[in-house]
Amino acid sequence: MIRIRPRTIVIHLFAWGLAIGWLFPFVGLGMAAFRPLPEIIGGWWNFDRFTPSFTKFGAAFNAIELGLRNSFLIAVPGTLIPMFVATLAGYGFARFSFPIRDYLFLTIVVLMTIPQQMVAIPIFRIMFSLGLANTVLSLVILHSAWGLPWIVLFMRNFFSALPKDVEEAARVDGASDFKVFFRIVLPMALPALGAVAVLQFMWVWNDFFFSILLCPSNPNCMPATVALIRTIGQFQFDPGLLAAGSIIVMLVPVLLYVLLQRFYIRGMIGWTVKG
Amino acid sequence: MRRLRIEGVTGLLRKLRDRVSGALRGRGSPRARKAGLRIAFFTPALLLIMLFVAYPVLTTIGVSFFDANGRFVGLGNYQQVLGSPDTINLNGFPKPPPYGTLINNAVWIAIHLPLSMFLGLWLALVLREVRGSSWVKTAIFIGMVTPLIIGGIMMLYIYDGSIGVVPRFFDAIGIHSLGVGWLQRPTTLLFGLIFGSVWLWTGFSMIVYSAGLTTIPKEYWEAAKIDGTPTFRTFTQITFPLLKPMTIVVFTMSILYELKIFDLVYGATNPQGGVGGAADVLALQMFREAFVQLPADYGTAAAVATFLSLLTLTATVMTIRYMVKR
Repeated sequence: MIRIRPRTIVIHLFAWGLAIGWLFPFVGLGMAAFRPLPEIIGGWWNFDRFTPSFTKFGAAFNAIELGLRNSFLIAVPGTLIPMFVATLAGYGFARFSFPIRDYLFLTIVVLMTIPQQMVAIPIFRIMFSLGLANTVLSLVILHSAWGLPWIVLFMRNFFSALPKDVEEAARVDGASDFKVFFRIVLPMALPALGAVAVLQFMWVWNDFFFSILLCPSNPNCMPATVALIRTIGQFQFDPGLLAAGSIIVMLVPVLLYVLLQRFYIRGMIGWTVKG
Repeated sequence: MRRLRIEGVTGLLRKLRDRVSGALRGRGSPRARKAGLRIAFFTPALLLIMLFVAYPVLTTIGVSFFDANGRFVGLGNYQQVLGSPDTINLNGFPKPPPYGTLINNAVWIAIHLPLSMFLGLWLALVLREVRGSSWVKTAIFIGMVTPLIIGGIMMLYIYDGSIGVVPRFFDAIGIHSLGVGWLQRPTTLLFGLIFGSVWLWTGFSMIVYSAGLTTIPKEYWEAAKIDGTPTFRTFTQITFPLLKPMTIVVFTMSILYELKIFDLVYGATNPQGGVGGAADVLALQMFREAFVQLPADYGTAAAVATFLSLLTLTATVMTIRYMVKR
């Protein structure tokens, strides 16, 4: 017979209660989006009148539709490009040795800690002089470059922990560095690349500072996070509309997290703990 | 000056190209060929980083030494920034905010760092004994994947005087002074955002510590239990020291987060940092001086950015050094 101690019950009640309480603000946001404002004055937990509707979601989606499209156009290449480029470099740092390697690597790691504001003014000028201001491309380039340091670090750590035997056997058989990389190393790196993809995609999707820096007002390039502030938040403040828009924009990273949790946590832990 | 720099870069690029293409066509000794090919592994990454990260960083440092008219002023911009009440405003302390951006960032660290770190650690410890704890963790961690700008927008709902859960709660338990809109008053604004951010960020420390706890052998705690060691001493003598690598990570990442905080404040307030600038922070100050105010002041904005970078660098190097040594 299993004896359940009171302590166990208390801990479970507490933990489950906490999880629900933790989600309260999200529920509140949902209520603000689903119900007319007068109904939730005094608290959304009043259900005297309850008339939910999807109208705010439709209106919010129309307002930020272009922004969502731009976000995908930025985040997909903004994930794939740095992944490929950084995997090459990460492999190089892990396997090849040359005179200034460690200093170079250290410099890249140091660049990881720097705030986005530190590159803002020159990037703004560079993008203007390249004629890329207010384009999706400018954000793709910037996010690709900005994501590199952490992915290089992450992939170098991954490759350093990988046994060299297979690669060396292939080299003995006469395979070139590139052949070894594409045929042997890259397939083995797929799980690590999955973790990188999920994290980088989320960071680019969630970014606000670079987005408002390079595309503060042009609807043809502004990503969803900026569109939320600019098209919904700015002119007449409609709490229902803003809440619905926020839910739509955050749905992408949240779903990604819930579905790919394993990759996600692995990326987070590997990136921080090993680093 | 500018031309010279570009020529230097293109010269370097040409050399690199010759070497790589020579190697690809099979010229040169086998050894040189191999080295040329290996350079190709690094070239794309280094080019992107140099052009769009390293070069801008160096330029920002350069810009921070010039005033709005392009005159060299040495450390003048730094003096101006650190002497401005926008940055440090403690005359007649203790007083309500605004305290200035630098002090606000310090307040963020002082409150947000220990709260989120120990709350996360405590949750990680408690949740070991809970069935279905992965669901609880998922719920708590959602704050970490929410875009921070939306985290800021959510503060508008959480702290709203008529629909917000926090003011309504305090009103219900009889503390009517906190039963009004938090974001409309300087003191509650600053601390409200910090507590709100703890809600979003605790998931990080919880997840890292949870992963750390799985690496500690159960025998350690069992031995302590058999010896009759009190729970709190088990924690201070066994659990916490063994979790040191995780503590380094959480500590460093949290400090960086608190120094760089921008989106959350922007989403919850405005480019001025809310009523009287009470929630203003360094990152927002930089953005405002360079891209909001007219005329823009790139010199002081660059000085703020460089100063902020110095803080993040020092924080990282010092915590890692201090903790790795011990």
